[in-house]
Amino acid sequence: MPAESPFYARALRWETLIVGLIAVAWVVGGFLSSDFYSADSFTTASLDLSEVALMALPLALVVVAAEIDLSVASVLALSSACMGELWNAGQPIELIMVECIAIGAACGAVNGILVTRFGLPSLAVTIGTLSLFRGLAFVVIGDQSVTDFPATWTDRAFGNFGGTAIPNTMVLFAALAIAFGVLLHATGFGRKVFAIGANEEAARFSGVRVKRIKFWLFVMSGAVAGLAGVVISLRNSTAAANVGTGFELTAVTAVVLGGVSIFGGRGTIGGVVLALVLLGSINKALTLSDSISSYWIQIVTGTLLIGSVLVPNLVVRAQEARTHSFHGRRQWPWRTRVDTSRPQEESA
Amino acid sequence: MSAQADTAPGVTPAPSESGAEARRLTDIVFRVRELGIVGALALLIAVTAILEPRFLNADSLRNLALNAAIFAILAAGQTLVLITRNVDLSVSSVLALSAFMAGTLLSDHPSLPIPIVFLLGMGLGAAAGSLNGFLVTYGRVPALVVTLGTLYALRGVAFLWTDGRQVNAETLPDSFLNIGTGSILGIPTLALIALVVVLIVGQYLRDFRSGRELYAIGSSPEAARLAGVRTGRRVFSAFVMAGALAGLGGVLFTARFGTVDATAGSGYEFTVIAAAVVGGVTINGGSGSVYGAAIGALLLGTITSSLIVLKVDAFWQQAAIGTLLIVAIAFDRWIGLRLDAALRQRSARRAG
Repeated sequence: MPAESPFYARALRWETLIVGLIAVAWVVGGFLSSDFYSADSFTTASLDLSEVALMALPLALVVVAAEIDLSVASVLALSSACMGELWNAGQPIELIMVECIAIGAACGAVNGILVTRFGLPSLAVTIGTLSLFRGLAFVVIGDQSVTDFPATWTDRAFGNFGGTAIPNTMVLFAALAIAFGVLLHATGFGRKVFAIGANEEAARFSGVRVKRIKFWLFVMSGAVAGLAGVVISLRNSTAAANVGTGFELTAVTAVVLGGVSIFGGRGTIGGVVLALVLLGSINKALTLSDSISSYWIQIVTGTLLIGSVLVPNLVVRAQEARTHSFHGRRQWPWRTRVDTSRPQEESA
Repeated sequence: MSAQADTAPGVTPAPSESGAEARRLTDIVFRVRELGIVGALALLIAVTAILEPRFLNADSLRNLALNAAIFAILAAGQTLVLITRNVDLSVSSVLALSAFMAGTLLSDHPSLPIPIVFLLGMGLGAAAGSLNGFLVTYGRVPALVVTLGTLYALRGVAFLWTDGRQVNAETLPDSFLNIGTGSILGIPTLALIALVVVLIVGQYLRDFRSGRELYAIGSSPEAARLAGVRTGRRVFSAFVMAGALAGLGGVLFTARFGTVDATAGSGYEFTVIAAAVVGGVTINGGSGSVYGAAIGALLLGTITSSLIVLKVDAFWQQAAIGTLLIVAIAFDRWIGLRLDAALRQRSARRAG
């Protein structure tokens, strides 16, 4: 952004735009249904998104490091399946939870080793493990489901915090969001993640242990997906292998919509949290509405996703055309640092 | 990556002697890669046939071919896009739209000539593909983001359009359903169509300038541009072709299954990419062939069938496919490293 227009730059900050979109969604939601502003609608909207929201946090770090993890939903399913089997085997529930998170971390470690030690592209690796972990979930529990989890824990997963309308899962999410936010934006580790995403080679030559950091990012992503598997099993009181199908795409959507560049090096946890709020609001507004079919959710989500990258690009393009004409042509349509339009300076 | 660059003659300047030799080496290696996947397929079929001879009877082979045909066509389209270092996740949604359109058209107007339905299906697919291509090239939005968006949006459109309805086989003309289930000279029509499509796309990528340019773009977009390749136009056309093939896949889907609703083909996107990658198409662009991708589709289909025949728990299918995919890319990586080393050694010898 031109330095001479600080207000303009601030207005174009991606987070500000999302806040605007959230406001629009809330106004429209209010028009569509009188129930939209109720506490109950807030509770259900956030409950529905709990697991995706959890998984989107570490995924944001993975994407900032210019990698991707498409296997998260399958790790969630494997964790859920293991949870069911271990419960059937008579283990105490608290131990099972720890084990499921460990299983998730192990899945993440598999991804991490394949990506860092074998040097394989994470997109291909995690499409493979997407299939592999989901398959293992079916191997573990078959087409059975386990539903007799203790009520104390299912109530905790489904219930609200204290006497408020805030679900416990959202408290968990908030805690993790703060943790990952601090990790990404306030620690040396986070700086290195940005450095890797911005220019991996430069990071390596500056002494950043690229492979090690990427490995731990995948482990984190797996562990949180394992945790999400525990949450979804308890929240629905059902452990099964087919839970969360397609969640990986929703999580990626939240991350990209949140302003994280798919090429790495840019993004904020705050943006991802706002994107999740936006997705939840759109979902709720259109589900509650009688006049508009809820099928529009997918259309709106897809359009927003593309628009979130396209519109800033076009703005930049228009500016470039005005200032120095041929500059825009020198860049690659699919390799452009498209997000130069999102004036966040995290990696600077 | 330099190994991949060498497979792109489009950017190689006047081939010197060593350049030609290096290319011969890479050609051999990639032929070996395709032979590898054929070998894996043969091995799988052989083992299954030994354990269960009925696996080789005509019916079961017919089913193999039928199951793989649509995936082979989709994988051919995906290959075009993957080669240019892009990706198309929206194929499954395009397939659903086209499948439902074909079904509705033929239910409402049974007398409609079938070639028209195919053309309309491919046209719809091409339109969706050009939307993807336009957003990627002109809008400069990464392909992963664009096609994830259209994956959602077009599936939503499919839901809106079908509005809970579904097309049933009884309402479709027999001549159309025969395409999906009938056979010519004992070979399933669907498999013949897939074969023709794969051959056409394969020859296009092999022998046509614009086809070679797709490899050049995937190997090194910058080098391709400096060599005068109109990269934007080529990438756009790759998306349009992939869309048209997804549209064709949709019409064939209707012909094969007869029953179509808005969920048709959901989840295919990853299977199609997996088929292409197992067949040796690299996800980073610049190398791989449609033949490999088609055999990859056949291999994935065969795994599923042979596990069923061998009475292995069906739950192992997905795990097996995932493992195969990882083994395939690990193998590709290994070959790539060896090839790099060989080329470096060769040029060092020449220089010394």
